[in-house]
Amino acid sequence: MSESTQLRASRRAFLGLAGGAAAFMATSGAPVQAARIKTGARIVILGAGAGGAALANRLVTRLDGAQITLIDGRPEHWYQPGFTLIAAGLKPAGYSVSGTTDWLPKEATLIAEYAAEIDPEGNRVVTASGQAVPYDFLVVATGLTLDWAGIQGFSLDMVGQNGIGAVYAGPDYAAKTWAAMDRFTEEGGQALFTRPATEMKCAGAPLKYTFLTDDFARKKGNRGKVEITYAANNKALFGVPIVSEKVRMLFADRDVAVVHDHVMKAIDPGRKLATFTTPDGDKDLPYDFINVIPPQRAPEVVRNSPLPWADKWQDQGWVEADMKTLRHVRYANVFALGDVAGVPKGKTAASVKWQVPVVEDHLTAQIEGKDGTAAYDGYTSCPLITRVGRAMLVEFDYNNNLVPSFPGIIAPLEELWISWLMKEVALKATYNAMLRGKA
Amino acid sequence: MKELTFETLLAVFEEMFGRGLFWAMVAVAVVITLAYLYVLIRDRAMSMRKFLLAQLAMPFGAVAAVLFVQWITSSGFRDIGGPIDVIVLLGVAVAGAVGIAILVYTAQALMQGRQGTPVSGRS
Repeated sequence: MSESTQLRASRRAFLGLAGGAAAFMATSGAPVQAARIKTGARIVILGAGAGGAALANRLVTRLDGAQITLIDGRPEHWYQPGFTLIAAGLKPAGYSVSGTTDWLPKEATLIAEYAAEIDPEGNRVVTASGQAVPYDFLVVATGLTLDWAGIQGFSLDMVGQNGIGAVYAGPDYAAKTWAAMDRFTEEGGQALFTRPATEMKCAGAPLKYTFLTDDFARKKGNRGKVEITYAANNKALFGVPIVSEKVRMLFADRDVAVVHDHVMKAIDPGRKLATFTTPDGDKDLPYDFINVIPPQRAPEVVRNSPLPWADKWQDQGWVEADMKTLRHVRYANVFALGDVAGVPKGKTAASVKWQVPVVEDHLTAQIEGKDGTAAYDGYTSCPLITRVGRAMLVEFDYNNNLVPSFPGIIAPLEELWISWLMKEVALKATYNAMLRGKA
Repeated sequence: MKELTFETLLAVFEEMFGRGLFWAMVAVAVVITLAYLYVLIRDRAMSMRKFLLAQLAMPFGAVAAVLFVQWITSSGFRDIGGPIDVIVLLGVAVAGAVGIAILVYTAQALMQGRQGTPVSGRS
């Protein structure tokens, strides 16, 4: 008996195992790298955020001798997917803040100013200080502008007081929103959640914050004295019908009241009333806590340039880009990347991750005198938090099809712990890897 | 996720625990694993007596690992929502159980010193 219970270990077996493991690591770790293209092309990237930084990092590994210039006046880089976690008290404001220059390749030049003029006829950009920057290729990756003036009576200094929140406004405002939501879920009253009628970044975020407020009220045992209303801008709750239906069921389950065709236009903090445009005229809804999300538009410099669509989104000014190649429809040496692109979906960081290789492919192919082959299919991802500890990993494309990354393993329309784990711990790391051009 | 490389995976874990804690944990795991292999090769046998104690420690390791992951991610048992969640939870528990078993076994072997004959194989 004693013989059979002995497991013999030998040096040879151990070395064989270690050698095999080392060989596996060596083969799986080696990246496949295309040959670098020699070029003197001047590439200007407007905006050094998620899209700009990721593209710059990829271009410097693909191009040899290109002059890559980024133009961006903001010193801080914001990890925007973190705002919801900050506004839920799970992370400090600093969680989302790093420096713009932390992410840029040393081979690229940063002009730390905002652009004042884009001249695609003359192939140049003029900065706020009047410096003219000529280009052979332009990538517009400015992000979008939150039009706070689009909500009458609102100003950002109100955030955090009298039940007013604004998660989108930035890390500090997200933290102030948490203070207001924390207080509200202690005291109770009417919570009001809104979304604008314009295109918006991460259309799931307004829903997430509704779910989180419900969750905190429940965890504190105060759900009985909290009323929650979600004011949708149209007849749906989400742009993708199957997701919208799921959210409708979840809202019913969580006792969230929904009003449709309500677009917020004004706030009266004194009387705690929000005014909405509806098909039946203006309506006031009361609130004790509100998450204000303003209309979202392309930055002024883009809106005032010849780049936007003439016949679509006239009030918003998104860049007229081809849905699949992200190349400008009228200017072949101009591309749009990220939130500012005038395509039907894709205003999330996950979309940027899918868009960057497409722009990279078409831009480098053009430099070589070839045609690019990559196509963006509208991929957008939203880890839709439904409470602290659970989320739905919703991924979809232009056709409103669900395109799960882990089909059969992670169900897209189920509230799962694993989806929460990904949002809470894995997403920022993946995002950071993307900024460095590595994912 | 588009590309899941080894490098991305490392970055993900650094983010999860913080760079310092993650690499400290990796270092501890590597040291324990090497020590375990060392005592196996040194003794040329697996001692079932030590293994018994190691097995007794396994449930504690499993529970500790699950609680640790829940603490790191601000979540709990009530958040288990589907089969994949149960699988992940069990995976974490198994990892914790195996880890503590190796730790307990190695610690005993190192404290007792070299075994002359494989008599310790009797259980």
